[in-house]
Amino acid sequence: MIRTENLVKQFVIKKKKEPIVAVEGLTLEIPEAEVFGFLGPNGAGKTTTLRMLSSLISPTSGRAWIDNFEVGKRDQDIRRNVGILTETPGMYERLSAEKNLSIFAHLYGVKDVSGQTEKYLRMLGLWERRFDEVGSFSKGMRQKLAIARALLHELKVLYLDEPTSGLDPESAKLVRDFIEELKTEGRTIFICTHNLDEAERLCQRIGIFKTRLITVDSPANLRSQLYGRRVVFHLQKMNSRWAALIKNVSFVKDVQTVEDKLVVGLTDPEKQNPILVKKLVEAGAGIKFVGELKHSLEDVYLELIHEDELKGKEAA
Amino acid sequence: MIERIRTIIDKEWAEVFKNKVVLLTVVLLPVIFTVLPLVILSLMRTTMPGSESTDMPAQFAQMCSATASGSDCVQIFIANEFLIFFMIMPIIIPITIAAYSIVGEKTTRSLEPLLATPITTEELLAGKSLAAAIPAVVATYACFIIFILLLPVTGVSAAVQQYVSGPIWLLAVFLAGPLVAILAVNFAIMVSSRVSDPRAAEQVSAILIVPFMALMFGQMAGIILLNVATMLIFCAIIVFLDIVSIVLGAKLFQRETILTKWK
Repeated sequence: MIRTENLVKQFVIKKKKEPIVAVEGLTLEIPEAEVFGFLGPNGAGKTTTLRMLSSLISPTSGRAWIDNFEVGKRDQDIRRNVGILTETPGMYERLSAEKNLSIFAHLYGVKDVSGQTEKYLRMLGLWERRFDEVGSFSKGMRQKLAIARALLHELKVLYLDEPTSGLDPESAKLVRDFIEELKTEGRTIFICTHNLDEAERLCQRIGIFKTRLITVDSPANLRSQLYGRRVVFHLQKMNSRWAALIKNVSFVKDVQTVEDKLVVGLTDPEKQNPILVKKLVEAGAGIKFVGELKHSLEDVYLELIHEDELKGKEAA
Repeated sequence: MIERIRTIIDKEWAEVFKNKVVLLTVVLLPVIFTVLPLVILSLMRTTMPGSESTDMPAQFAQMCSATASGSDCVQIFIANEFLIFFMIMPIIIPITIAAYSIVGEKTTRSLEPLLATPITTEELLAGKSLAAAIPAVVATYACFIIFILLLPVTGVSAAVQQYVSGPIWLLAVFLAGPLVAILAVNFAIMVSSRVSDPRAAEQVSAILIVPFMALMFGQMAGIILLNVATMLIFCAIIVFLDIVSIVLGAKLFQRETILTKWK
């Protein structure tokens, strides 16, 4: 659904000799109906990428296709098939919620303008306030209205730029729940976010990006690639024998002892855990419970960004 | 295409005319510019009955005396000064609308979602320009027609009425008016791309009035003689400036420029 080949965007700044590289060699493929998270720090080039993929700005080099329409060649077709939630909602403050949506429905060439407007106003809980000026809306309501505006034309690809940024927890949850609902409708959703928890909850795959794509994978795979899988055995009482016993098992990668816990590196905990539990019990260890040590996506993100910075410094 | 342009015009009018400053400019200014000349012409008839053509620039007196008496010529000369009002009207109104419309979109960041729709840059620019120019042209035409209809009430001579509804005024209002409105809109777009306050955009764009004021003072001083030939030359210059301003305005109104360079 979304495909890019070595996509580059540079900005020429008058006062600077060298152009600023915002996006460097982005090659990516996102299949239909996938929810893809695009993570990166401020100024990483996420919004620039999103603007290129919605045919708002043209790439300096490289190619991109959205639903088989090539960016730069079929821009109007692309814009007809994508919806975008920009970083700031950008509504017409003096106009009512309904008027705001009907303007965009007309611009997108929606046939049943009033029907679609009503559908999304109701879906996002704004129907009762449809005649109110948007200027009187809270930040969360504006964000919901902006999402409704992005969805009006029954698009194939939805771009969300920081969908819950600046929202209170309740509004953020509402927006996230709505995105969860959209996932079931088979749309391809591309989310730019800083919110790692949100990315983990909503996205099937995540791309970590800082001017260039550092890595792409599912949150679980990113964790295991970086840290491997680690299982924690919570014991009633620690004995140094238990660590030595486990260390000698062939499939165990490494063992650490932390207070009354054994932290064991494994390749396939689902198969290997019962063997280790049996060994420990037979050796007289009392096991309170066994759990997998999960690194947060934040750990993964920070580690990868840090590695990338180090590589950049070394290269320089 | 037409549907999208119409939607933009509809949006602009729905939004801009909810702004009291814009509404006041669009309504109040034409009223003042129509009533003021009528009042002055009416007063002039009672306060300057004996004025002679020697008070006028020689060129104008020479042109006028061929068709009208000395007293009529004075009245025509004074009435002619008000022509500038009907030429300034199609500048101020679109400048106000365009400044609030474009800078307003910049401040509320509503241009990006708008540009993300299938609308072409040409359609968007046409919609915005027409939304600003149409009220100006309609208001100018309406005010001029009201002015012509009420002119006999002021008691000015038939020669004055004939002159005001003659080719110079008709060219100025019906041809130069829309041309000047187009120039004003594009100038306002250019200025709006550089500023972030609608009032600043309005004030800077108002610089466009200066050449028209020069025209009025030039006429009063006898440096410029407003006849059909000079009016046609004036229109030709405005057509040229319109083309230049449309090209420059369109260049500034490109998606990438708006998103990456408009601050």
